[in-house]
Amino acid sequence: MKLVLSNVTKVFPGRGRGSQGTVAVDGLDFEIPDGELVALLGPSGCGKSTTLNLISGLQKPTEGRIFFGDDDVTDLPPENRGVGLVFQNYALYPHLTVMDNIIFPLGNLRGKDRMSKPEMHKKAHEIAKLVQIDELMERKPGELSGGQQQRVAIARALVKMPRVLLLDEPLSNLDARLRLQTREEIKRIQRETGITTVFVTHDQDEAMSISDRIIVMKAGVVQQQGGPQEVYDSPANLFVANFLGTPPINVFSARVQGGSLYIGDDAVMNASGAPDGEVWAAVRPEGFVLDENGPLVCNFGGLEVMGRDISVISSHAGAVNPTIRSIISAENRVDTSSKTVRFSLKPNKVFIFDKNTEERILFGA
Amino acid sequence: MEGKSAKGWLYLLPAILFLGVFLVYPLIDVFIYSFEEGYNSASQTFFGTGIYNYSYILHDPYFLQAVKNTFILVIVTVPLSTLIALGISYCLSSIKPLRELFQTVFFLPYVTNTLAVGLVFMILFRKTPYTDGLVNLLLGLFGVSPIDFIDGPYWAKMFVLCFYTIWVVLPFKILILTSALASVSEEYYNAAKIDGTRPFRIFRKITLPMISPMLFYLIITGFIGAFKAYSDAVALFGTNLNAAEMNTIVGYVYDMLYGDSGGYPSYASAAAIVLFAIVLTITCINLLISKKHVHYVG
Repeated sequence: MKLVLSNVTKVFPGRGRGSQGTVAVDGLDFEIPDGELVALLGPSGCGKSTTLNLISGLQKPTEGRIFFGDDDVTDLPPENRGVGLVFQNYALYPHLTVMDNIIFPLGNLRGKDRMSKPEMHKKAHEIAKLVQIDELMERKPGELSGGQQQRVAIARALVKMPRVLLLDEPLSNLDARLRLQTREEIKRIQRETGITTVFVTHDQDEAMSISDRIIVMKAGVVQQQGGPQEVYDSPANLFVANFLGTPPINVFSARVQGGSLYIGDDAVMNASGAPDGEVWAAVRPEGFVLDENGPLVCNFGGLEVMGRDISVISSHAGAVNPTIRSIISAENRVDTSSKTVRFSLKPNKVFIFDKNTEERILFGA
Repeated sequence: MEGKSAKGWLYLLPAILFLGVFLVYPLIDVFIYSFEEGYNSASQTFFGTGIYNYSYILHDPYFLQAVKNTFILVIVTVPLSTLIALGISYCLSSIKPLRELFQTVFFLPYVTNTLAVGLVFMILFRKTPYTDGLVNLLLGLFGVSPIDFIDGPYWAKMFVLCFYTIWVVLPFKILILTSALASVSEEYYNAAKIDGTRPFRIFRKITLPMISPMLFYLIITGFIGAFKAYSDAVALFGTNLNAAEMNTIVGYVYDMLYGDSGGYPSYASAAAIVLFAIVLTITCINLLISKKHVHYVG
């Protein structure tokens, strides 16, 4: 089911007289193709959970329309939209067994959709098998681990075969190891069911690793959308560049003059096509190349060896952050006795942003 | 280990001493008196032991009347007051505007003296040569002839007593249940809403089990409180409850000790032990039933 948000705005009324409302999301406009797994990514308070609630119908947009396929669902209550929602804390009914939790949504069906108890159980077992919890059916949620609870919550959301599956911070309550495992699980379940899935996360790693498409949000506004690699390789603005990637991107205060990019007094790279002026230059950690005669001279701070890679810690007067982190292959030898370390830059890993608008400035390749 | 457990006992000592002296010892004492015939607390004498005291009170029409009254009171007021409180708290938690005002209004009776409230009830219900009372005036509008609720027929008096008891115990129950309802996470309701659960099913399948520990607490304490009712009857019908046929078990115990017909600690002890046995039995039954229906979430 294709999911379309058209110019959706949500304003929460302010408390008390004369206080202004809070704009949680502002003019959201995006289209999610059928059967895709999409991440809504952004820092806390960026409106991503509100967006999810708007899609689920728990909240009504102040303006704009929401479509599932060709159906306008904006004015439909949640139960008539055909959505499954997995809550951040799972919201499993603690007094019911796993089985009863999963069949709970089926018990609400009326009229011709009404199911008999054996039918419900059969259905629940099918879904439980899909999420691999079919051996836990008689337990109570309190007796399950976080990961198992998560699966039960997904099973409960899926049992009615929703048109759209929504997950609110699905991995935030799991420990690091389980998180890796569960995100693969979510990907697999989504593939097998083919249900259009939207999940909310503040963890760019999570978003990058499993989604077909990322929608980056900030302060209620979509900053960029696209495939994970596309967004990573070509961030639309400084915020997106900063938000995606671990270790984070290194930002320098720089300027463009005569087709060259200057950091401090050194022309570090050719930037033909970019207009002259003050800019932010952002360099991905993998964009640094160790070069004895490299134009970028940094103060050497230390090394972190991570087996496959070496991470070089250094500093530079022009850098926004106190340390610059660059990742180079472990085959390189770094002279640790030296006080400075010199780099040249890979042009496709360097992005230039306008100093005021922080929008991307493209320059000739 | 040794030192540790000794330390543990030391910490428990104040509570054990206190409970022992003021709770366990008197209970044992009462139990002993109940088997001593004609015990005199002044001279500390008695002239025989056995079950005569029990036999006496169980053949005493006043005691049987008190038992009957107490049971009617319990059976009527505990379920009714709990249900009404649940209804009111559910409505309270569903409304937004004026909720705090209503909460305060519902809680006011709790901070009001029961004897004062009893006086007001008496004035509302009493029929005197000068006036039929407010309740009778209202009933008169529907063509009901005036009833003397305070000195009249048994059922009328029992009705007032139950009405009064429910009214007095409601605020506390409402307070507990509103906070229990408020503590049910919004997420459960949202989850149910997404699945299109109808309000009644939400209430029965989610709300009720979630607040069941609190509900159960109210039922148990409600039973115990109602079995120990006494001051409510005094507030309405005065101290001569036997004459008014409105005595309760605790009232009977009191009368046996200090009333006009008093001075019989042995009978009073026997009656107190009977009450103790009844309350204990009912509480055990409650606990057994609750095992199936109360959901404690750890």
